[in-house]
Amino acid sequence: MSPKTLYDKIWDAHLAHEADDGTCLLYIDRHLVHEVTSPQAFEGLRMTGRTVRAPDKTIAVPDHNVPTTLDRANAATMTEDSRIQVEALDKNAKDFGIHYYPVSDVRQGIVHIVGPEQGWTLPGMTVVCGDSHTATHGAFGALAHGIGTSEVEHVLATQTLIQKKSKNMKVEITGKLKPGVTAKDITMSVIGKTGTAGGTGYVIEYCGEAIRDLSMEGRMTVCNMAIEGGARAGLIAPDEKTYEYCMGRPHAPKGAQWEAALAWWKTLYSDDDAQWDEILVIDGADIAPVVTWGTSPEDVLPITANVPAADSFKGGKVDAAQRSLDYMGLTAGTPLNEVEIDTVFIGSCTNGRIEDLRAAAAILKGKKIKDGLRAMVVPGSGLVRAQAEEEGLADIFKDAGFEWRLAGCSMCLAMNPDQLKPGERCAATSNRNFEGRQGRGGRTHLMSPGMAAAAAITGKLTDVREMM
Amino acid sequence: MQKFDTLTGIAAPMPLINIDTDMIIPKQFLKTIKRSGLGVNLFDEMRYDDDRNEIPTFVLNQDAYRDAQIIVAGDNFGCGSSREHAPWAIADFGITCVIAPSFADIFYNNCFKNGILPIALPQEQIDVLMKDAEKGANARMTVDLETQTVTTSDGESFTFDVDAFKKRCLMEGLDDIGLTMEKVASIDTFEAAATQARPWV
Repeated sequence: MSPKTLYDKIWDAHLAHEADDGTCLLYIDRHLVHEVTSPQAFEGLRMTGRTVRAPDKTIAVPDHNVPTTLDRANAATMTEDSRIQVEALDKNAKDFGIHYYPVSDVRQGIVHIVGPEQGWTLPGMTVVCGDSHTATHGAFGALAHGIGTSEVEHVLATQTLIQKKSKNMKVEITGKLKPGVTAKDITMSVIGKTGTAGGTGYVIEYCGEAIRDLSMEGRMTVCNMAIEGGARAGLIAPDEKTYEYCMGRPHAPKGAQWEAALAWWKTLYSDDDAQWDEILVIDGADIAPVVTWGTSPEDVLPITANVPAADSFKGGKVDAAQRSLDYMGLTAGTPLNEVEIDTVFIGSCTNGRIEDLRAAAAILKGKKIKDGLRAMVVPGSGLVRAQAEEEGLADIFKDAGFEWRLAGCSMCLAMNPDQLKPGERCAATSNRNFEGRQGRGGRTHLMSPGMAAAAAITGKLTDVREMM
Repeated sequence: MQKFDTLTGIAAPMPLINIDTDMIIPKQFLKTIKRSGLGVNLFDEMRYDDDRNEIPTFVLNQDAYRDAQIIVAGDNFGCGSSREHAPWAIADFGITCVIAPSFADIFYNNCFKNGILPIALPQEQIDVLMKDAEKGANARMTVDLETQTVTTSDGESFTFDVDAFKKRCLMEGLDDIGLTMEKVASIDTFEAAATQARPWV
């Protein structure tokens, strides 16, 4: 048999039909659904008299719109249009008989945090969702990617997706990370190297000692941002850490089925002599704590660097960089660690898990945020929130001056009331620093949870290593 | 679905790289449960100021480009969020073709589901098309999907690649789901075998 990559193996195991022109139907094992990109798809089913083919493999949770303030049980805290979207999901979940975690459920949270947490996401699966950060689930060695609403409707109706196979890219992070360097710094540094279009047309498999050393949660952070590098999906081969994470989760297999699953999962790795269309190798020891300076996730620099000059770039990036600097209100040559911020956001599907909150709390313990700063922690799910309270992390955040919120996407995309005002500058653990992403005119600097916590204390972008 | 075969129309030049879907349609307009009506908010934050007045420097606010049916843009068009509201807004505005050196994967696929033809061409050819688009309203570009060509207002032609299946769906306005439903026997067979092999899924 010819050698295969992990992606090849998962692809082959899910190929339901291949047409003569190479167009394939890929079978979908898990379809995650949220309120923003699904109403038109369910409406399409109703209009055509179609139904959900596999409601048992379809899991819905509202996350993008929902308020994260403690008074959210009161529907009045939601804008009318948000409320309509959430109510539409309530109704669609009920009408079509799919698994559902409503706002009132303690397990509610960001769809990409709830899926793994509840054991819906397992190695070797195909996972899709009408959300680009579906890439997160690749951390389990599952082929996971975002789709549009028309494709959501297609998967609901047929449990398949029309696909052409992507190319294989290997991103190897060798050696050990230095202290203060995290999964977020790995994934941002990779995008800094490849650019936001570098992964277009590829499925990336992350490997190497530094990736193996990461926890499952760190691996989710790495895969989450594969889409920011343009890749269709990010993958990490499952190993003992993966199995341990999955074991005992509510929807993970049990008993003999667990053993059977495990036997198959252990075959899910790229063969030694597998063919790669592209290979990138980065020495883990060369990765520093990084931040973004511009309005693209590729605008990544070590915290010790200075704001770059637009003319230091080439081609179309010169104009884009100038536009970014103007939007961000930054001057070339300014040391990044002198850039003052007024808002801190810790949360999102990138960094809203318990280990992220632990990392931030470790920096904040016994300290206060800078006077006048607005800082919030938005746990990724109700269960993350509960665990953080049990571990005393919530008290650390509250004592430091952070707002302690309920679960949701919140200020990552600012569809709910958690938004930046024009000109406000935010240290954020989320995944996108696009113009207007966190609110019109808002300025976003992406970074790890520890870095965001450090920034909250000093009121400016800060090297977390100085606080460790 | 809306068909696409040929189009002769005004092309709006947007020589910016990494035009993301947050720019194309900001999140405050994702709170709809319909697909229609988003054209007025296309590129909203680049198009209007805080008081909802048009920003005159933005290309689609200029008289020459108000009726644009084509966008010529920089690299990596449509990156970011998977929101199909982006192609919905583009189509609702009246634009049915976007030409750029490259596209983000999800956006590219979403276009074909909405009667929009995304065309990827090498940067040198984009440079020529951008110059042509900058001529304004009297300069009309022609896009022919059948022959896979883009022709500038002064007759220079470039050929582009497009997946044969996607081309057929767009030209005939085919419904993907209907087409897949025709293969339901294959899906049934696959599903039965997969359930046997991986009963935990």
